[in-house]
Amino acid sequence: MSTATGRTAGLVDRLYATFDSPRRQMLLMVAIVVVMAVLPLVMGRYATTIMTNALLYVVLALGLNIVVGYAGLLDLGYAAFFAVGAYSIGILTVQFDWNFWLAIPPALVAACLAGVIIGGPTLRLRSDYLAIVTLGFGEIVRFSARNLEITGRASGLSNIPEPSFFGYVINSYVDFYYVFLLLAVMAVIASHRLYHSRLGRAWLYVRHDEDAAEAMGINRVRVKLAAYVTGSVFGAIGGIFFSVNLGAISPESFSFEQSVLILMAVILGGMGKIPGVILGAFIIILGPELLRELGELRLLLFAVVMLLIMLLRPSGIWPERRH
Amino acid sequence: MLLNLEQVTLRFAGNTVLDKVNFGVEANTLASLIGPNGAGKTSLFNSITGFYRPQEGRIEFDGERVLRRKPHKVTQLGIARTFQNVRLFREMSVMENVMAGMHCRTRAGAFGAVLRTPGQRAEERYIAEVAHDCMRFVGVDEYADRLATNLAYGYQRLVEIARALATQPRLILLDEPAAGLNATEKAALIELIRRIRDERGIAVLLIEHDMGLVMQVSERINVLDYGRIIADGNAEEIKNNPRVIEAYLGQEDEEMVL
Repeated sequence: MSTATGRTAGLVDRLYATFDSPRRQMLLMVAIVVVMAVLPLVMGRYATTIMTNALLYVVLALGLNIVVGYAGLLDLGYAAFFAVGAYSIGILTVQFDWNFWLAIPPALVAACLAGVIIGGPTLRLRSDYLAIVTLGFGEIVRFSARNLEITGRASGLSNIPEPSFFGYVINSYVDFYYVFLLLAVMAVIASHRLYHSRLGRAWLYVRHDEDAAEAMGINRVRVKLAAYVTGSVFGAIGGIFFSVNLGAISPESFSFEQSVLILMAVILGGMGKIPGVILGAFIIILGPELLRELGELRLLLFAVVMLLIMLLRPSGIWPERRH
Repeated sequence: MLLNLEQVTLRFAGNTVLDKVNFGVEANTLASLIGPNGAGKTSLFNSITGFYRPQEGRIEFDGERVLRRKPHKVTQLGIARTFQNVRLFREMSVMENVMAGMHCRTRAGAFGAVLRTPGQRAEERYIAEVAHDCMRFVGVDEYADRLATNLAYGYQRLVEIARALATQPRLILLDEPAAGLNATEKAALIELIRRIRDERGIAVLLIEHDMGLVMQVSERINVLDYGRIIADGNAEEIKNNPRVIEAYLGQEDEEMVL
């Protein structure tokens, strides 16, 4: 059994290795984007909507990957940032009649603030305490949304207006599919560029050895804070377009399960590796859908498959590998 | 004096690790700090670089207060260090390791990275240039793309020095750079330490147990024993100083008893 798994693992690794060169990865990405761009023409409404959701999760998982994968900070309340983006748009457009595009900058500012608020006081904590505090933060945001007048309490906000882009109203499910495809592509490019930058390297240095990083003149608190803020901006962008896509948001969209689901996408696919995280996001969303025919059993089966993946490939399906 | 310590006292849970230490390193010199095991040498390094916070005394670098500054601030002031037990970023390439040193001399953030602004790209080129220069200087340029952990121990020590050089310091603290090196590597290290000063104008302070190496490279030697500076002078003076001989002989006595 162990040699058999060893052999398949070796085969899989060799398959990944062929995509390890940047040029091939680029080609693969372009091919995937082209296929994805054609998909809505052949898919029905239901499948397109599911794919839209998967693309949203690609954005969210890539954002959380910056915090968890790059900087190595556990975050169990990532849905809070997602909520901040969604509610900022909801409040500004519904309660104050703002134009959608004008509401985006304040929503991003709010997300940055949320990143600083959660990051600032918690950065001196070790990872297990950090997990508890971030979990608490996620719940605080959800409870606030459920109890505040301005967020529409438990029923949330509805009739969030559809945005128009130079006179073209973005409202059909196909429109939103393309919006999220564009966001996912942008998130991939941004993640890639961050990873190969001064800040991206600093995240890795701090994750590997905080003392050595500090001795090199790296301000560890600032670098970690930058990870939270960058991650929260990704989450907020997801939330912003999530809210206009559905036209309505409620506190239950931003539950603890949501945070766990996003975290699962990151860990399952392979922390710190962009293709792995994308794969993880698709598995998390498409997995339960593909197993739908099994009815009640599908979640159980899904859980078993995930456990098997964690057992056989503990560092994720497509982990970060360096030589 | 480039680096100046006055009456520095460091205590841990009632134990006095450093006891009113007066100590200095002049610009552009090769200095050593020696002493028996447990004398407080590494504690002194950690106090200078901001990792420990001595309760009393003054530490100044080029007229700037160093004491109670955070480690990254001290590095920014121009003091770089290596660690006794090599602390490279093991799972990263040699190049990436050395690039770490440039962090405190550059400034691009998330915006620059995502938008790949001309300023950010120029800065990345500059970082790479300095990193290659430092790797060439210590002789590890050909291993730039190798993972640090896959390098032989002697080379890892060199990478650590390259990384410290990349912070563009005026003083570099080497904590037992010769530990674990063979005779050939030691000879090369002596050459390298001299070149750091001669070609780069960087003052070097080293902690070292290898007396041969210390006597060969040091222009000035300070001896630390039980947290106190017991001697200060050139190699000749230190060799003949009765207190130093006693400190070392005392240690050997203990070893013989054991």
